[in-house]
This record gives sequence, structure tokens and C-alpha cells, in this order.
Amino acid sequence: MTDTLFPAATGTMGQPERRYEAREKVTGSAAYASDVKLARTAHAYLVTSSIGRGRLQSFDLTAARALPGVIDILTHETIGDEIRQTPSIYGGGYMADTLRPLGSAEIAHWGQPVAMVVAETYEAAREAANLVVVSYAAEVAPVAGMGSSVATGQALDPMGFAVGDFDTAYRTANVTVDANYTTPAQHQNPMELFATQCVWEAGRLTVHEPSQYVNNVKFGLAAQLGLDPSRIRVISTYVGGAFGAKGFLTHRTALVAVAARRIGRPVKLVPTRAQGFTVSGYRAETRHHVQLAATQDGRLTALRHEGWEVTSRADTVAMGAVSMTARLYACPNITARVNVVAADRSTPGFMRAPGEMPYAFAMETALDELAHKLQMDPVALRRVNDTQTEPVGGLPYTSRSLMLCFDTAAAAFGWQGRPSEPATMRDGDWQVGWGCATAFYPTHAGNSAARVRLSADGRVHVESAGHELGQGMYTMMAQVAAEELGVPIAQVTVALGDTDLPPAVVAGGSSSTASVAPAIMAACDAIRRRLGIATGVPADVMPAMEASGLGTIEEFTEVRAHGTAPDSLRGLYRGMALPAGGVHLPDRVQFALGAQFVEVRVHRRTREIRVPRVIGAFAAGRIINPRTAHGQLVGGMIWGIGSALHEHSEIDTRNASYINANLADYLVPVNADVADVQAIMVEEEDRLVNRAGVKGVGEIGVVGVAAAISNAIFHATGIRVRDLPIRIEHLM
Amino acid sequence: MQPFTYSKAATSDDVIAALTGEGVQLIAGGTTLFDLMKLGIEQPRRIVDVSGIGGLDEVTLGPNELVFGALASMTDVASSPALQENYPVLAESLLKAASQQLRNMATVGGNLLQRTRCNYFRNGAMYACNKRNPGSGCAALGGVDRGHALLGGSEACIAVYPGDWAVALTALNASVDTQSPRGLRSIPLADLYRLPGQTPDRDTELAADEMILRIRVPAASYGRASTYHKIRDRESYAFALVSAAVMLDLDGDRVRAAHIALGGVATRPWRAPQAEALLTGQTLTPARALDAGRAAFEGATAGHHNAFKIELGARAVADALMIAQQRSTGQ
Repeated sequence: MTDTLFPAATGTMGQPERRYEAREKVTGSAAYASDVKLARTAHAYLVTSSIGRGRLQSFDLTAARALPGVIDILTHETIGDEIRQTPSIYGGGYMADTLRPLGSAEIAHWGQPVAMVVAETYEAAREAANLVVVSYAAEVAPVAGMGSSVATGQALDPMGFAVGDFDTAYRTANVTVDANYTTPAQHQNPMELFATQCVWEAGRLTVHEPSQYVNNVKFGLAAQLGLDPSRIRVISTYVGGAFGAKGFLTHRTALVAVAARRIGRPVKLVPTRAQGFTVSGYRAETRHHVQLAATQDGRLTALRHEGWEVTSRADTVAMGAVSMTARLYACPNITARVNVVAADRSTPGFMRAPGEMPYAFAMETALDELAHKLQMDPVALRRVNDTQTEPVGGLPYTSRSLMLCFDTAAAAFGWQGRPSEPATMRDGDWQVGWGCATAFYPTHAGNSAARVRLSADGRVHVESAGHELGQGMYTMMAQVAAEELGVPIAQVTVALGDTDLPPAVVAGGSSSTASVAPAIMAACDAIRRRLGIATGVPADVMPAMEASGLGTIEEFTEVRAHGTAPDSLRGLYRGMALPAGGVHLPDRVQFALGAQFVEVRVHRRTREIRVPRVIGAFAAGRIINPRTAHGQLVGGMIWGIGSALHEHSEIDTRNASYINANLADYLVPVNADVADVQAIMVEEEDRLVNRAGVKGVGEIGVVGVAAAISNAIFHATGIRVRDLPIRIEHLM
Repeated sequence: MQPFTYSKAATSDDVIAALTGEGVQLIAGGTTLFDLMKLGIEQPRRIVDVSGIGGLDEVTLGPNELVFGALASMTDVASSPALQENYPVLAESLLKAASQQLRNMATVGGNLLQRTRCNYFRNGAMYACNKRNPGSGCAALGGVDRGHALLGGSEACIAVYPGDWAVALTALNASVDTQSPRGLRSIPLADLYRLPGQTPDRDTELAADEMILRIRVPAASYGRASTYHKIRDRESYAFALVSAAVMLDLDGDRVRAAHIALGGVATRPWRAPQAEALLTGQTLTPARALDAGRAAFEGATAGHHNAFKIELGARAVADALMIAQQRSTGQ
């Protein structure tokens, strides 16, 4: 890859600086959580439930205990009351779900941890785990998922809303679309597994764990273990992919901490790839009912989006992205509703564009169905319904460059001249189709703090407990400080991912840069003020620093994000800094927007599906680093290909288990599936969203790709597929 | 973990001597044995490394037969220009399998003994599986069976034979030379693989103390008119939804003899004699090719999620036949 891939630093684009930690990662010296070497480490291995619903009757630990090297076995019977029941994040707490780790004999889902073996080696722990004999009582068959139980779904009234009179508008419309869509369960499968290492020293606990929110782990663990939070430190120097799976505290951390305390030695747990499917949250399966009505010239007159999502019995979790799909286009009559279907499954969680991916698939496919009915170009349909005022609350967008994205991507794609009739383009044995869809992601930010130290020798050190998930956090932090202080980036060092540092927002909701950059800017402002330098304009601080005679200036600042509660800064210091913004502001709505264009080929006879081209154009405010942003957008678009054609956590309904919980059978795109993927960053200036002008690009890349592919498949074949993933059997 | 001993054999005689013990497993490339050990399916007490045995990695493409030493790597065989030119079905069956990294390690002899990818077999004791735990039942029946067999299944097992190379070899009437304490013998591939019947725990007719030395394929002057057509859910590194290994002996447009075998849909590499017979002496047209494909799936039994493979498989066979014909005339 050459630098010519990245936009030059002009307008809203910053410099495509190379990755701060590139050398460490490329040479393998970057120590991820499981790489950290602790003396006398013991190794843990989980035993997980093989039934989907029922009770533990008994354990036979004889053979496991007899295995040489086995030190300890934790079960709900042996662990005692060391771990307290604490609420989930949905109940104001820290946990990813409300179950107490090894809390009782109840089995709530397949894959639930029921025991943890600790041994001298990983191999001994694994072998002993295989020797643990678990007896279950499973009288009632589990409810595995949506099944036919949609009718019994429970409506979540606070997530529903309506404006105008949908029923009348729909009934009297010229042209209507009425369709149902489904998306499957999916798992993030970050390359790095869910490792945890815990070590106690003089009553203090240090946790090494890949995390999107180190302070969530710290304060959640303190609550679970009844410890003063000041006695816990959580370190997450590098994270090998997270995608939402490492956002909030899971059962394993407290188990490892307790085991380490019991045996007086460090304990390391690396759950297997298969166990990872239930160790953390996932994207639950969804169903959608969309109804659209329009005038003959394509103006939307009625829009209805109702979603159903699978949740666990323990927690009511819904992503409910109707709040976004209803705010994309001008429309006077809207109704939206979200329902959950409780199943005997682990609690769902967040996965890259958690609600946006499935809800966009439904809405943006429905838009394409409408365009086809109207015999209208899909881009023209979006243009007719473009608006600078969102239709639900009548609020302004802080900025909206949707049609600029469509026009930019369409030009790059060569969309002009596309035949409107499906199944008319052909290349030998391949049917060719073109499709497009809107990409969107709400712009969030959360409270964050930062500390910046300027030394007389020109070195700058930046600290904030943000998170490097591979997205470029180190680089961004260095870049912002270098720019604000006018020093070369090579002189800047960065520390992050450690609860001993100034606290920052959870790395979720595409909010890290939008949250942490303003905190760094504010700290740099404070340094400049100390030196008598005006803020808000480029300046080299070093002449003033030399003149001051000072050795070091260090400033700590905290910044409250727009839309957060006035007292929410206190929460920053309790692991409660969550993103705000998007569609939840009283005065405005904030979106990054984009347009996805796709070419597909479908073989005439075997119905194999290929995606030779994906071109997306995205307007996401200021791009601080076009290199790392490009990586995130292209990565997201490739995820989009996977979401359309490959990813599917397959469930055996008899015990509500995942039967393809490995990377050979849980398919994601391989290089051969990814041909030409282009991400174009459209210039956009937004001075309102946050001081940095950043909207975030972590998630928007995946949004809309599945719809664009399904629309392109329709264009190629005339077959409309409304269920993901789209496979050969859909097109036979 | 269960302790095991490791030793390296210098000759095939060493191996045969070692195989008389209990719980012995041979290892060559290790791409499947370690995987199965981690899953708890294979629990050897003794591992004998055969990778250092001299002479067993030789490949000879002779005028009468092709001989592949069992220890030749998939990559080495697949990248042979002569094989690609004269027997594309064989080269393609290797190149479309696994990933480059796996093909570099895996041997063409070991490949033949790859065990099924049935998720119920691989995912541990929580599922009934007669192949893993005889007499426990078959969780795949009535389960998620999109990847399961439509041909050759029994009420005890519908696990698919997952490989590609053996399917191509079956189409080409290959056999294996083996050695055991009882001496040397030759087993046609058609006889090597067992139908599951009531004893699906035994994949092959190979005895516990028997080792594959080499693979022999009768030479065919018309080997160029062949292809391995593999249809899968993604472009690479995926098992076949359905595959067709085809080689045609053509006299102009007329078929003298057709070789057809199916992969991804049967409990063993699946020869399709009724499809071959339908073509013999006939002019090959797209319509007749599709008829042959349909004939190949006569008697197929679909489960809940794999019925589409009957039509997909027929089309794959038809396309493979037309590709083979094109290669024949393309010279």
C-alpha cells in the first residue's frame, strides 16, 4: 500500500501520519494482555454449559482434581460468596449482563460458564476441564431465538414514536412497499481472544485484559468484589480488535481475580474461540417490517419501521435503530416501534454499528424496492427526499452532506447510464447488477479527561485512558497534541489504556476521537495560556517555553461532551462515561452520512455471488488522520460484504447452541472475496458536533453495504432477497 | 493433557513396527491430527512422525500411471506445471482446498484421511455422534444439516466426506498402495472409503496397523479434458457446498467415456456411474450435461437445509462437463 491511497492534508483532512505503534505491532513486540509475562502464573480454563436451559444437578470433580497439576476448581458450590450480584449496564451498573458469575445452579443459556479449572499449565487446565463431569436437569426445552414467537414479542414503548398520521397516508398513497426482512445472529470474532490475567500484590489487584473501557472493568470489579476501586488497576495497552465485544465487564474477569486471590498466584485465562461466542455479547438476530408510501414523483408520504430483536431472559437489550432509520429522509407521517423476543440465550451486546447495520439493511432495501416500483433511479429517490431538517422532531442536522456523498461515489463508480430494469446486464455466464444504499451513523461523544506535559527539551507526553483497538488512537492523540503545541509529532509520546491515567470515554459509538481530542486540545490550551500564547490559532510554543525558563508544564483537563448531564463529569471518575449525542439531543441531530455503491455478479447457473467492486463516499466531519480513517472505513466496508453474504452464527434450536463457533465454519470474507474496495472521504466541516469537528468513522463503513449488495443482486437477477446472509440457495 | 510419546520413523518398516501398539497415530503435516487432538476426538498415546521417511515424497507422472508419494505436500503436487497441463482436475482439487499455509504443510497421503467437518462430530461430547461415540446417536439428523450428506447416509450418520483431492482421485480410478504387517496391498479408492451404515466410526477400510505409501492413478491421454468444479460460500478457504470432478474421453463431440465424482454432498467420495452411463456414446450438449447432473443426484435424500444442493449439484456437474469439453477442444 502506498501513501497515494490517502487524501492529502487539505481542508478538513489532517496528515496521514504513520501509526504510532506500527513498529511494535509489525515486529511482534507489542504485548497484548495474554502476552504479559507474570511470575508463577497459573492457567485457567472454563467449563461451559452444554444445555440451553435448566439446572446444574451435580459436579463430579474427582477425575479432574486427580489430574497432576490441577490447583483449584471453581464452581457455584466452591466459590462461596466472593462475587456479589451487581446490576448490568442496562440497570445502571457495569456488567454486560445481570447474571452473577458462577452465581447459582441455574442455567440461563448454552455456553454459560459453570466451572473454571486452575492448573499449573494451560494443557493441564484444559484436560481437567474435559474431565469435569456435570449433571444437568433440563426438563424444559429452551427457546432458541425468534422462531415463530415473534407474535409474543414484547413492545418497548419508550423506543417507539409517531408523527403525523401514518395509517391514513399509507392507505391513500399512490405507491407503497410492504416487506419483511431478517438478519441473523453474528459474532464480532476479534482476532485477539478474550484474555484476562489477574495478579494480587499487597491487597491490590492488577488486571491485564483487552478492553474498550478500562474504567468500566475497574469500577465494576470493585463492586463485584466489594473492594475499594483505588485498589484495582486495569491495563489494556493494545487491543487486538474489539468491535463491541470488549466493551463491558464479563463474567470471566471476576472469576480470574477470585482464583488469583484464592491461590495467591497470578492467573491467566484465555477462553477458546468457541467459548468466546458466549463469553461476551453479540449481535442478536432481528426481524423488520417496513412500509413505505410515496407520491408518483417519489416523495415519501408515509414510513413505518417496526423491529424485533432477540434478547436474553435476564436482560432486555434492544438496539432499536428505528430512531435513526426514521430520521434519514423527509417524511410527514412516521411510525416506529421496537420489540424484543426473550430467548434462552446469552445477553446480546454491541457489535460494530449494533443497530444501524440490521436496521439499515431493512430500510435501505425497502427504499430500493420503492425506487423499482416508481421506476426511479435509487439515487434520485434519495435526492427527492433529502432534507436538512430531521422529520421526527423537526430538528436541524449539525451538518448533512448525504447527496454530496451520493454524487461523489456515483461518479467514481460510473453509475450514470445504469439500466433501471433488473436482469439486463450480463458478462458471459455472469449476471451483473449495481446497487446503492445510504450509510449513516449517529455522532457521539462522551466526557473525557487528558493530561499533557511539555518539557523544556520540546518533548510532549499525552495521557488519557482511551483505548487502542487498532483504529489509531495512539496516533490520533499524538497528532492532536503535536498540532496544538506546534511541535513535530516525533517528539510526542502517548500513554493510554490504563486506569491510572486520566479517565476517558468508553471506546464505543465511534466516539473516541470526538471525545478525547477535545480533552487534549483543552489541556494544550491550558499550556498555551500558561505561556501567554493565544489559543485557537497555529503556534509553535517552544520559543515561549524557552523564554519562560520553566522545566516542565503539565496540565490536566476534563471536558464535558454536548448532551451529557451537568453532573456527568463525576461519572467519568466512576467508569460511567458513555457516549451522548446522535438523535438524543434537545436542540439538534448529529449524523455522519455516506453512500455505498456495489457491483455484484451472480453466476447464471450455479448462482455463486461475487462482489468485484464496492465504492463508498463518507462525510464524517474533520478527518484527523486519513490513513487510519481509511483503514477503518475499508475495514467496515469489508465487514459489510461479510454481513451480506457470509456471517451467520448458526443455532441448533434443540439446545440453543452455536454449532459453527469457529473461524473455519463462521465465515467472514477472505482476501479472494474482497476485490476493489474504495473509501472516499468527502470534505465536510462541522463546527457544532464537538470542538475537534470530528464525527467518527469506526462504524459507518459497515452500514448500508448489505442493503447495497442485496439491491445489486436484485438488479442482477430480478430476485429480491430480504434475509441475510444472502446465499446460493436464495437465488436458485 | 493426555501425555503421548513422540518418535520419528526413518523407514516405513519402522512405522509398521510401531503401529502394532495401542493408540498409535501417524503424523505427517499435522494439519488435521493436532486439530482433532485439541477437540478431544483423537487421543493418541503415541505419535509416530513419518515425515522424515525417504522416498515417499516422490511424484512421477509416467506414460502409464501417475504415482504420488504419500508424503508429497499438497503445494508441491498442485504446483506441478505438467499436472496442471495434463490433469487439471487433480491440480485444481488441491489448489481449491484449504489455504496456502495448510497446503504447504499437508501431505497428499494424509489428505485422504481427513475426517468429516460435521459440527456435531467436532463440537464435543454434548452432541450425540455415532462417529465419535458409537451408539450415542446422530445429532445431525434433525439438526442444522446444510453441510450434511444427501447421498450415502444412514440412520446412524449423515456426515459428509469433506475433502477434494480424494473426489478427483475417485473419478480417475485411483488406488493406494499400503503396507502392514501382512505385507503390501493395493486398495482402489472406490473401496477405501466406507459407507457409514451402522458403523460410522470407521471411515475407511484401512487397518489400524496399515499405512498409505503412495497413490496411483492410471494415465489418461485425455486427462486435459478435466476439471474440479467446486462451489462454496466464499471464494477461498471453504469446504465444498458441492463439487464435481469430471474427466471426459471424447471423440469429437461424442463421449467415449465420462468420469464423474461428487464432493461435499456424500458420506464418501461419490462416483456417479448412472450419470457417466447416460453420457456414454452420446453427443455432449448443455442439455445432456444437465441431464447427467440430475442423474448423478438420483436417489439423493435431502434434510432440512440442504435440498438446494440437488439442483445446485446437477448444475455444477453440468458446468464441469462443459468446462472439460471446452478444454478438450481448446488444444
